Parts: sequence; structure tokens; C-alpha cells
Amino acid sequence: MNKNIDTKKIIISNPLKLDCGKEINNFPIAYETYGELNSEKSNAILVFHALTGDQYVSGKNPITNKDGWWSYVVGENKPIDTNKFFVICANVIGGCMGSYGPSTINESTGKQIGTDFPIITINDMVNAQYELIKYLEIEKLFAVVGGSMGGMQVLQFVANFPDKAKLAIPIACTSSHSAQNIAFNELGRQAIMADSKWENGFYSNYKLNPDKGLAVARMAAHITYLSEKGLQEKFGRKLQDRDSLRYGFEADFQIESYLRYQGSVFVDRFDANSYLYITRAMDYFDLSKQYKGNLSEAFKETKTKFFVISFTSDWLYPTSENREIVIALNSISADVGFVEIESDKGHDSFLLDVPSFLKTLGDYINSTYKVINERRI
Amino acid sequence: MKEEFNIISNLIEENTRVLDVGCGNGDLMKFLQENKTKDIRGLEISKEKVQNCLSKGLTVIEGNAESDLKQFPKSSFDYVILSQTLQAFLNPELVINELLKVGKKAIVTIPNFGYWRVRLQLLFKGTMPVTENLPHEWYNTPNLHMCTIKDFYNFCSSKNIKIFKSIALKKSRISEINKSNLNYKNLDSHLGIFLIES
Repeated sequence: MNKNIDTKKIIISNPLKLDCGKEINNFPIAYETYGELNSEKSNAILVFHALTGDQYVSGKNPITNKDGWWSYVVGENKPIDTNKFFVICANVIGGCMGSYGPSTINESTGKQIGTDFPIITINDMVNAQYELIKYLEIEKLFAVVGGSMGGMQVLQFVANFPDKAKLAIPIACTSSHSAQNIAFNELGRQAIMADSKWENGFYSNYKLNPDKGLAVARMAAHITYLSEKGLQEKFGRKLQDRDSLRYGFEADFQIESYLRYQGSVFVDRFDANSYLYITRAMDYFDLSKQYKGNLSEAFKETKTKFFVISFTSDWLYPTSENREIVIALNSISADVGFVEIESDKGHDSFLLDVPSFLKTLGDYINSTYKVINERRI
Repeated sequence: MKEEFNIISNLIEENTRVLDVGCGNGDLMKFLQENKTKDIRGLEISKEKVQNCLSKGLTVIEGNAESDLKQFPKSSFDYVILSQTLQAFLNPELVINELLKVGKKAIVTIPNFGYWRVRLQLLFKGTMPVTENLPHEWYNTPNLHMCTIKDFYNFCSSKNIKIFKSIALKKSRISEINKSNLNYKNLDSHLGIFLIES
């Protein structure tokens, strides 16, 4: 949470006009890159992270000392092979891993910005990251890829910059946040704001942290990332380190213990205000509304090739919502492929070891890269 | 298979937009991509086959022709191909109509149930025909609406669907079908290939 993170960072000096009407400038974007940019600059892939992700896609995350969040997908000899591709990932604005967010220190006060931070949107996040692409002097990305909120950024990126990516792969996402998604996000936000240590968002001024609220938010959200079948198979009614029920409110069941653990490790790495801001950005996401209710209009200008992926057991961003993106693209005869991958791992499938997903994604990216390069010759 | 691909390829003009409905593992798409046009899409109902196609870099959508063709705009493809799949639909007439809406032209190939080898099996053995081209048993066949070359020919004329070209295939022998040889071709061909337009 901006605790002396030694991360790659650029300062964006161009003013960025946010959807909320405010303007920001001289703000930091933290990012990480993997692999090398080739001399034609034709092998760059911009990866967008999801709600609680960060720029550390692969390798060891220096903050958590755990594997990067997309280690199954990005890395040497992985589906997005960093021997071949130059992978860029930036922390979104509003985040807490070095990019401009509520935990950024306001230099004039020496305090964290807290809830004085402006409300940001997916559109703002994407526009900020575009500045990074300009800074890296990449004229055209080979691909933009992301799952969940990362997928929303993929859609927004192509809509905003129709000629800046050859390939777009939105995974397990939606073009407009559903009532159910907003409801779950609101639950998480209320848990944080109900924590007396939240202090209207200025907890750092009091050396406090709304850990309890943030942990509950994470626990509730975590359930939505899994599937009923997955939960039942993994945990069932198994008891945690005990042979019988204790008739109390301790974590009798393994699932309880698991969720408590997920909550407790999350608060060590994530800022509560960032959680509020980023979930809000997701809730505000409605790409078709940006184009007067016609999603197809968002992609009318683009020649970008699309590959949309959903998962059978994802009830948070269900196949039907991913299909709407495909339908919108088909209705303007855009170049779009689509598959729903069979998996019991729920929404989290895109982050996990789901072999048919990893294989299809890797093969597709590699053969498309080959085809596009051959065409140029 | 190869002969069918060649015939289909010969019916298609170069650098046109093509949709292969029921594209399977993408063999025909690959063939056309190498020989005719880069601008080719596929629609396929089986997840596994869709993944195989995507792995080859082919642009394929997982979906059902009966419900998903309507998401494409009218005449958005120069050709829509339906290769040996018509008989597997619940409602072949609807699918043909959708094909002719989405495509300026459609290419439909049908395994001919009127082929003498097929007829003989029912006539002499008294069992549902199982041939090289129709390898399933009655209880596990995906084919719900088998038809003959003559059936399809008559269907087109009754529905005012223009037949630009109709080709009969027997082993690797290719011949044209017309009104006067229809009965003979219907008896002596294992596959019919039709280029049609609404």
C-alpha cells in the first residue's frame, strides 16, 4: 500500500480530464514489464489487471512474495510467452501499488489523499494507461488482454483507441455492470465504511486501518469468485482441525477458516479506500450507455480482432453477458471469436490452472501472432 | 473430403467473406484460407471443436446455427457454407432461411440418402443404413432430417430458392446435376453440393 514500493513508475504530466469532471496532472503510473520489445515494436501486449490485481503479472510479486497474479498465463514458456512477447502491466489509477490513488501522499499536506481522491472510472483508468503506452513509444500493441475488470478495460481501450491494438482478448467480463455485480460491490463497500476505523476514509491520519471491514468485503467477494460446485467439492462440510462441532462461533468449518484467511491476507496488501474507488469504477462501467445504448457503436471504428472467453461456472460475469459483447461485434461484422470454457472454478477460472483455457488462449495468441506477422510480409 | 473441399473452393470467388456454419475442427476453413480467402469465420456448437479451431488461429464462435445466425447482419457474408450439417438440425428449413439471410449466397452439401448403397441396405437388409458417409446407428445418429439430392432439389424449387449450381459427387467423380438427370444422380451419388441464393 504505497509502503516504499520500489516499482517502475512514470509521472504523467499531461492533464487528464476525468469522467467526474475533475482534472489530474503530474500523477504517477506504476508499471512492470516482462520480456523484451522487438526492434519493430510489434510484440507488445498490454495486460489489464482486475479489481485486486496489480502490475506484478508474473514472477515474484515483491510486495507479497507470492507468484504474480497471472503466473499461469504470463511468463517464460507460458501461454503469453515472455520469450516472445513484451508484456506491460500498469497498476490502475485508484489502485494502491504505486499508481495515483487514495493512498498516494499529498505533497502539500504530507498526508494520504484518502477520500479526497476523485471518483475514477474504467475509462479514466484506460486513458491513464494509454499515456504509459505513449511513453514507451509503442505505436501499436499486438494485443490488449485482461479478465474481469481487466476485460472491461480491454473493451474500453479498443473503443477509445480503435487503431492501437491488433488483437483484443476480453475474458470473463461484461460490457455493463449488472445489478447483481453492483449489489455485491455495495456490500463490500458498506462493510468497509461500517468499520469505525474507516474514519470517512482518512484512517491513515489516525494511524488506523479498517481491516475488519476490508476483510469482510474480501470474504464476501471471494465467494462470488467461486462456484457452488467448486465450494462443495473443495470444502463440503469438512471441519477445521477438529473432530466435532464446538457449539460456538469459531471457524468450525473449513470454508469459514478459508474465508477468514483470505480476508486476513488481503488486508495486508490492499488499501481499503482503493477497494471503494475501484469497485465504484466497475459499477459505473456501462460501455453501451457511453454509445447511446448501442454497444456496437463502441467498436464501429475498429479493425481490431476480438477473442471473447467466458467460463461455464462463472455466475458473476456469466456467459450470457460475454455473449452480448460477441453479438454486438457480430452485428457490425467485426472479427470476433468466442468460446465458453468448461470449468468448475467459477469466475476465478481465468486466474487458475484451467488447462483447456490456458491451451486455447496460448495457441490462439501464438497462431494469430504468426498470421498477422506473415500478412505483413 | 478433399473432393468436397475442392468443389466448395471452386464455387467461391477469391477474397470474399465466408462463414462456415458447423465448421467442426476447421479443416475446410483452413483449406479455404490457404486457397481462396483470408476473410473466413466459423460457427460451431461443440466446445472442444471450437477450441481446436481457435488453437489454429481460426476465428470461430461457439454457437448454434438455429439460434445464433440471426446475430449477423443481413448479407454480411458473400458465402455461407453448410457442409454436411443440414440433416442434424431440428429445423433445417429455418437454418436454410437464416443462411440465405446472412449470406449473399449459400453453399449447402448434403449426404445423399438416395444413394443406391443406402437404399439397398434398407431394401435388402431391412435395417437403417450405415455407410462410410453415414456411420451412425439409428439410436446414436445426430442426423434428424436425412434427405436425398432430389428432396433438396425439390425443396429449393418449392421455396423459390435459386440453384446456381448443383454438383453430384460419387467417390471422386464430379458431375453436374440438372432436371433431366436428377433421378439418376439421386441414385448414383453419395454427396450433393448446392450453390443457392434466395
